Amino acid sequence: MSETFGDALSLLGRLDPAVLGIVWLSFKVSLTAVCIGAAIGLPLGAWVAVAEFPGRSVLAVLLNGMMGVPSVIVGVIVYLLLSRSGPFGPMGLLYSPAAMVVAQTLLVVPLVAALTRQIVEDAWREYAIELRSLRFNMRQCISTLLYDCRFSLVVALLAGLGRAMSEVGAVMIVGGNIEGFTRVMTTAIALETAKGDLSLSLALGIVLISVVLVLNGGAYTLRYWAMRRYG
Amino acid sequence: MFPIRLAGARFTAGDRPLLDGIDLTIGGDGITVFLGPNGAGKSLLMLLLAGLLIPDGGRIDWNGGPLPDAGIDMMFQQPMLLRASVFANVALALKPLGMKQTDVRRQTMEVLHRVGLGHRSEDSARLLSGGEKQRLALARSWVRRPRLLLLDEPTASLDPTATEAVESIVREIRTEGAKILMTTHNLGQAMRISDDIVFIDAGKVREHTATARFFSYPQSPEAKLFIQGELPWRIAFEP
Repeated sequence: MSETFGDALSLLGRLDPAVLGIVWLSFKVSLTAVCIGAAIGLPLGAWVAVAEFPGRSVLAVLLNGMMGVPSVIVGVIVYLLLSRSGPFGPMGLLYSPAAMVVAQTLLVVPLVAALTRQIVEDAWREYAIELRSLRFNMRQCISTLLYDCRFSLVVALLAGLGRAMSEVGAVMIVGGNIEGFTRVMTTAIALETAKGDLSLSLALGIVLISVVLVLNGGAYTLRYWAMRRYG
Repeated sequence: MFPIRLAGARFTAGDRPLLDGIDLTIGGDGITVFLGPNGAGKSLLMLLLAGLLIPDGGRIDWNGGPLPDAGIDMMFQQPMLLRASVFANVALALKPLGMKQTDVRRQTMEVLHRVGLGHRSEDSARLLSGGEKQRLALARSWVRRPRLLLLDEPTASLDPTATEAVESIVREIRTEGAKILMTTHNLGQAMRISDDIVFIDAGKVREHTATARFFSYPQSPEAKLFIQGELPWRIAFEP
């Protein structure tokens, strides 16, 4: 156990190119998915919070429900869409980082949208009448609420990043876990553990945990600063 | 926009009439105070006049027409304050007008200086004192140069000094030509600031008269009791 841990630290210490490559790809794929997910999920969630239309409650429940969809199911759906016989087959995206981004984006969007809806809905309850009195249109209401809730929404984005970085099923199915091309931290950990190479698994695990701790520390610091700065 | 005419305006919550057949004509000059005890329907009437609620019955017209698209602003008792600077909170009101950034900056800073907050424009709005927050809210309404400004209990939780500062700004806005409608249950304030008084009790307009006349010769028994400080108690202990 201690020998494995020592090997893992050694891999990290000498900046092993294989480890760095996997970590770099993981970040690239997950951050891209979170950026696209935020661009869709934030306005979508805010719109569901503010707009009045038939079926709004159904949509809210659907978003909440989709937060917990198993990643392998998303992986299978994306696989069917991108496979040679699927509607997007001719694009040739299957077993590429782009396919992994698509799958992770589908996992991130409902999570970000559902959390955004909850956060923005609370603010809307407080601000609705005054924003209406200022004759704000829907788009102006949404942009104002997203701006005002920006520090709370960081938590939604962090949750999205956590979901993207920690999932293994979807990227395994649509990425194929190809060494040097689509292998990310979670798929590498799964594979290396199965092969018995625990030191690489542990090294990547240390990176994953460190990332989570740093991000949460950053979010806590940001919220603390925002509370002091803006009340 | 003026005169604003209410004819039999009603607003109910379930079966309970909160405003019951309001007949009222409001001219375009001066400061009109809606006076009455808590729960009389003053704030609700303001929301109807701002077009933020629609009456269940009766009619409201603005110089014979529908609610104007612009020119009416309302300041609330607990104003919304974004987690942003004082400047951003005031400039927010200009967002729907699609003005150029340079004009937004000039107009916002001008009004902030006039309410005495020019030096605090970069401070956080939520960290202001109670009086400063109310002045900020007034600035946000004033920056759009409204023709009709509705003020819902703007000094309800302020000390006398802060109240005086707010009243002074309200008079200045009136001098610029805006019609002010303001709710209060503070008799001293109503006497100091208003040109005419609409006395409301239990969802009905009991009296609409010039301020001096209202305090010297109140016509309705409810107004007499309110001036004597007895109306709220009578209502509270009525079965």
